[in-house]
Amino acid sequence: MTPNERADMPEPLIVVDDLVVEYPSKGVRRHAFRALKGVSVDIRPGETVGLVGESGSGKTTLGRAILGLAPVTGGSIKFKGREIGSLGRRERRALSSEIQVVFQDPYSSLNPSLTIEQTLTEPLMVRKMPKNDATARVRNLLDQVKLPRDALDRLPREFSGGQRQRIAIARALALSPEFIVCDEPVSALDLSTQARVLDLFKEIQDTTGVAYLFISHDLAVVRNISHRVAVMYHGEIVEYGDGDQVTSHPSDPYTQRLLLAAPVPDPVRQEERRSERRAFLAAGPGELAAAS
Amino acid sequence: MLTFTVRRLLYGVLLLFVIVTIAYLLLYAAAGDVGRTILGPTATQATVTLKDQQLGLNSPLITRYFSWLGHALTGNFGSSWFTNQPVTTAILTRLQVTLTLVFGAVIVSAALSAVLGVWAALRGGWVDRIIQVFSVLGFAVPGFLIAVFLVRIFALELHWFKPTGYVPITYYFGGWVRTVTLPIIALSIGLVAGVAQQVRSSVIDALRQDWVRTLRSRGVSERSVLFKHVLRNAGGPALSVLALSFVGLLGGAVIIEEVFGIPGLGQVAVLATSEGDVPLVMGLVVAIGVIVILVNLVIDLLQGFLNPKARIS
Amino acid sequence: MTEAAVSTGVLAPDVTSDMRAARSHLARRFLKNPLGIAALSVLVLIVLAAICAPLLTSYNPNAVSVLSILQGPGAGHLLGTDGAGRDVWSQLLYGARYTLAGALLATVVAAVFGIASGLVAGYYGRWFESAASWVTTLLMALPGIVVLLAARAVLGPSLWTVMIIFGVLLVPAFYRLVFAAVSGVRNELFIDAARVSGVSDLRIIARHILTVVRAPIILQASIVFGIAIAVQVGLDFLGFGDQSIPTWGNMLNDGFTNLYRDPQLVIWPGLAVVITGVALTLFANALRDELEQSAHPSRRRRAAAATAAAATAAATTGDPVRPENDTIIHAEPSSSAPAPLLLHIEGLAVGYPQPDGSVTRVVDNVSLDVRRGEVHGLIGESGSGKTQTAWSVLRLLPAGGEILEGSICLDGEDLSRVSSAEMRDIRGGRIAYIPQEPMSNLDPSFTIGSQLTEPMRTKLGVSKTEAKARALKLLGQVGIPNPERTFASYPHELSGGMAQRVLIAGAVSCEPDLIIADEPTTALDVTIQAEILDLLRELQHELGVTILIVTHNFGVVADLCDRVSVMQKGRIVETGPARAIFADPQHPYTRSLFDAILDESQARGPYAESRA
Repeated sequence: MTPNERADMPEPLIVVDDLVVEYPSKGVRRHAFRALKGVSVDIRPGETVGLVGESGSGKTTLGRAILGLAPVTGGSIKFKGREIGSLGRRERRALSSEIQVVFQDPYSSLNPSLTIEQTLTEPLMVRKMPKNDATARVRNLLDQVKLPRDALDRLPREFSGGQRQRIAIARALALSPEFIVCDEPVSALDLSTQARVLDLFKEIQDTTGVAYLFISHDLAVVRNISHRVAVMYHGEIVEYGDGDQVTSHPSDPYTQRLLLAAPVPDPVRQEERRSERRAFLAAGPGELAAAS
Repeated sequence: MLTFTVRRLLYGVLLLFVIVTIAYLLLYAAAGDVGRTILGPTATQATVTLKDQQLGLNSPLITRYFSWLGHALTGNFGSSWFTNQPVTTAILTRLQVTLTLVFGAVIVSAALSAVLGVWAALRGGWVDRIIQVFSVLGFAVPGFLIAVFLVRIFALELHWFKPTGYVPITYYFGGWVRTVTLPIIALSIGLVAGVAQQVRSSVIDALRQDWVRTLRSRGVSERSVLFKHVLRNAGGPALSVLALSFVGLLGGAVIIEEVFGIPGLGQVAVLATSEGDVPLVMGLVVAIGVIVILVNLVIDLLQGFLNPKARIS
Repeated sequence: MTEAAVSTGVLAPDVTSDMRAARSHLARRFLKNPLGIAALSVLVLIVLAAICAPLLTSYNPNAVSVLSILQGPGAGHLLGTDGAGRDVWSQLLYGARYTLAGALLATVVAAVFGIASGLVAGYYGRWFESAASWVTTLLMALPGIVVLLAARAVLGPSLWTVMIIFGVLLVPAFYRLVFAAVSGVRNELFIDAARVSGVSDLRIIARHILTVVRAPIILQASIVFGIAIAVQVGLDFLGFGDQSIPTWGNMLNDGFTNLYRDPQLVIWPGLAVVITGVALTLFANALRDELEQSAHPSRRRRAAAATAAAATAAATTGDPVRPENDTIIHAEPSSSAPAPLLLHIEGLAVGYPQPDGSVTRVVDNVSLDVRRGEVHGLIGESGSGKTQTAWSVLRLLPAGGEILEGSICLDGEDLSRVSSAEMRDIRGGRIAYIPQEPMSNLDPSFTIGSQLTEPMRTKLGVSKTEAKARALKLLGQVGIPNPERTFASYPHELSGGMAQRVLIAGAVSCEPDLIIADEPTTALDVTIQAEILDLLRELQHELGVTILIVTHNFGVVADLCDRVSVMQKGRIVETGPARAIFADPQHPYTRSLFDAILDESQARGPYAESRA
């Protein structure tokens, strides 16, 4: 069954329809800034949708809008059929057991003065879980992300970037969510750590059936982990489809440009790609050059 | 740069206006029976009422306020209730004296802080330690105590300086020096304590920046790196501290003038407030307000000059 | 008094004590600071003396006695009597009560209002923040003494009223501190994560924000307390205090009036004020020192501490590969005759001496050859020592770093042994540097033009007009569309890609022999990265310059490099022609790196419906 035969497919978990996010004018800025200009995307249970783009494309904004951290001014976001684009603070908090997040920067996504145990039990305490159950659950989480038990009493600064990211993943899993927004979670990590953490993400998805919106600027990363891929440019989605297809034979000129710009880790093939890129740019996707 | 200046100026004027309004309303609201205060408990009620009428105290507060404001804008601040001397005269004659002290202290402090701060940041060692001691003392000991101490030693025992009084600079330069040196030193110590520390940390901070390494990699001389680039970047925070401390400096000046018997604004302040002489106090508020706002404006402009990013805010 | 700024600077790299420090509480650590402890004890003593005043003296401080005025210390009176015959010692003790209590009142008032408004303004922002900022400016605009004098004239000489008003005047001190801390923290990702975890605003403020701002508040409180004492004493000194109660200020007033008759009267209250003030300041300083030490280290991976810690920490996750002692060297392709050596590094060791005497080595026994005209890639992960190696060639290691052993020969001249003046000549002229992060590597206070022309005038001795002409030409060469405009701009007005082009222009401006590029494209978007790589390749062909490029990206190496050296944990494990290493990596670490590269051909499998 190909991913495009939707007839027998389960209902999408998240449906984003024509979403507009606008930051109000403030101080020096005269006009409001439109970060998202009508974006539509959907994510099915247990699926990974990759979101790729450069800085200023709006990819992080889309993730934050789903999390309720960005000002939605138009369109809709539906979770399990329910509109969540403009929820009040209290209702948003109730969603915390279903929608979670893993951020990019492993150095600032953990409060530096709280121990790992305190950080991991926080979401559980909010749900009024009894202390013993919470401790057991936290130990279980550490096992899932392959961290030693003695990590509980330590502070974030004692861990490497990859380890802190695992802690962030453990925190996201604490309430067994159905959907996790992963905002560039491996971009700040070393090559070898990156590969291991990506494998961890895949493993967790296979075991728990959680769905991901996986945001990254790196086509190779997104290709590795995503079932479907959406490419963003200046607040709009320019291409959206099967992951393999989009990341190896894209049809949109911007995606093609992205693909050709990423250097291949092989001197012979990189030389080929360089000539391809030169030819591509010379052929003049004029409208892209003018827009950037 | 021009829009920046104009904006800061307008902001300052607005601030002055707000301060003056609040001061006026508060002072008059709490002034109580003015006529009685001036004439004393033995005067008859008739004389008191007449006095109140003379001072125009029978009209509503708001009318009086606008009338005062109108006169103030033309430079007429009325007369003191107790001495009948025009407020403008009383203040202007004292103003230059206080300004001498205050700006003398600012210049001395700025120069000393810059030298000490940079030295401590670069060399560390004993200069650093001296600054630490200096700043502890400067923070811990109120200026007037230092003043008392200085009078004790240098004026009474050693007779190097005059313990009290003031000689205008135009009159006799040597006399002027003998009268202002101790007060300026007393005022400066507190200021140097804070600003030198800030200069030191700003310089250390600036030296840690990435662009210092890049400048050095281009072969730029150490002297240029330090005096042209680092100092310029470190100047901003130091100026902020100076601006913040300036207000405290004015307050300190009031007390120092008492200690040294210097006929400046401090004496006026003490006199006017102890007697409740509202026109004089209002004149004082305006004078001090203008000084503070002008100084802050100058410092803002300096910062805008040093730091291009500040010009946008 | 200065603002109590909490700085989070990078300190001397000290991995082990950092880890130990992480465990102990701030309070526990503070207790180990001798100056802090001494200051705190003095303060406690003073407070105790004030509380136990009746136990320490039998005199009533207000008991006037005309017969025994201005008596010196001696029979009956420990410290003598003042101008009205009151016992000095008892005045000192009871005066402590009033002075300290008054200052405490002012501090508490300032703290309560300042902290509350700072929290609300910092967290919720918007109109509250604007209003609060206006009020703050207002409160800070008038000298406290003048306001208090006016207030006292209107409200009478009550100590408590005056101190409450002064407390209000001091609100900005706490407001600004808390506001800055809160708005700084509010944008941190862990706050967002807490919100997504469902934590309520109140709990976020209480748990996350207050813990961060707790210690600076204590610091500020001790400073404010000191100011309150000083101002209160000042007012009393002027004679404006409440004459019916004993305070240190009143004592000073009396002492000053009698300065000629009994000069030692001012000493006792003066000493009391000074000792209290000094103790408070030392306490605050000690607290500030401990705070700075406990702040988390700089996030920039450059600090050897962070990288060494990461390397050590990474080791505990079961990093499979240990560095071997011998470097694997691939043979050159026999067809080409090797070009002459430009840079020859032999046995280089770089380290950071620790306070306990040991030395943390970040580069160990590194030998590297870079030939004229080639592009040599130095590849490794974080903590491998690649950037440290690059910086040692320039002799621009961070504070604390030293070249321990070895030689760095540029065309035969050992750079590790030349004088600083000679090194300065070499930098920019023979060796140039392209840094990683474009925005932070340009001086924000000077225009691009001035930063480009200054080194040219120093090194090439050209005039200002000539330098400008050259700079404009260079800006055009590196692909900047409007050189004139960029020349006049400030760094914050440029985009990342443009700033990097400017830095490249600066590097080639004095026609160097060797360019050291430290991850020049890592901070840039992928399409801009490709353009910069093109630019570097072009410049290299045109100018024939040699490039040593430090990177962690194999794609960049494949695109640009002729030869490659792989670094792991301070050592070079494999080196040789790029094609040879890509075709057949031999060292286990190199192989593991290649394994970690995401395979181009393998996408995620199809979306299957069945769930385990």
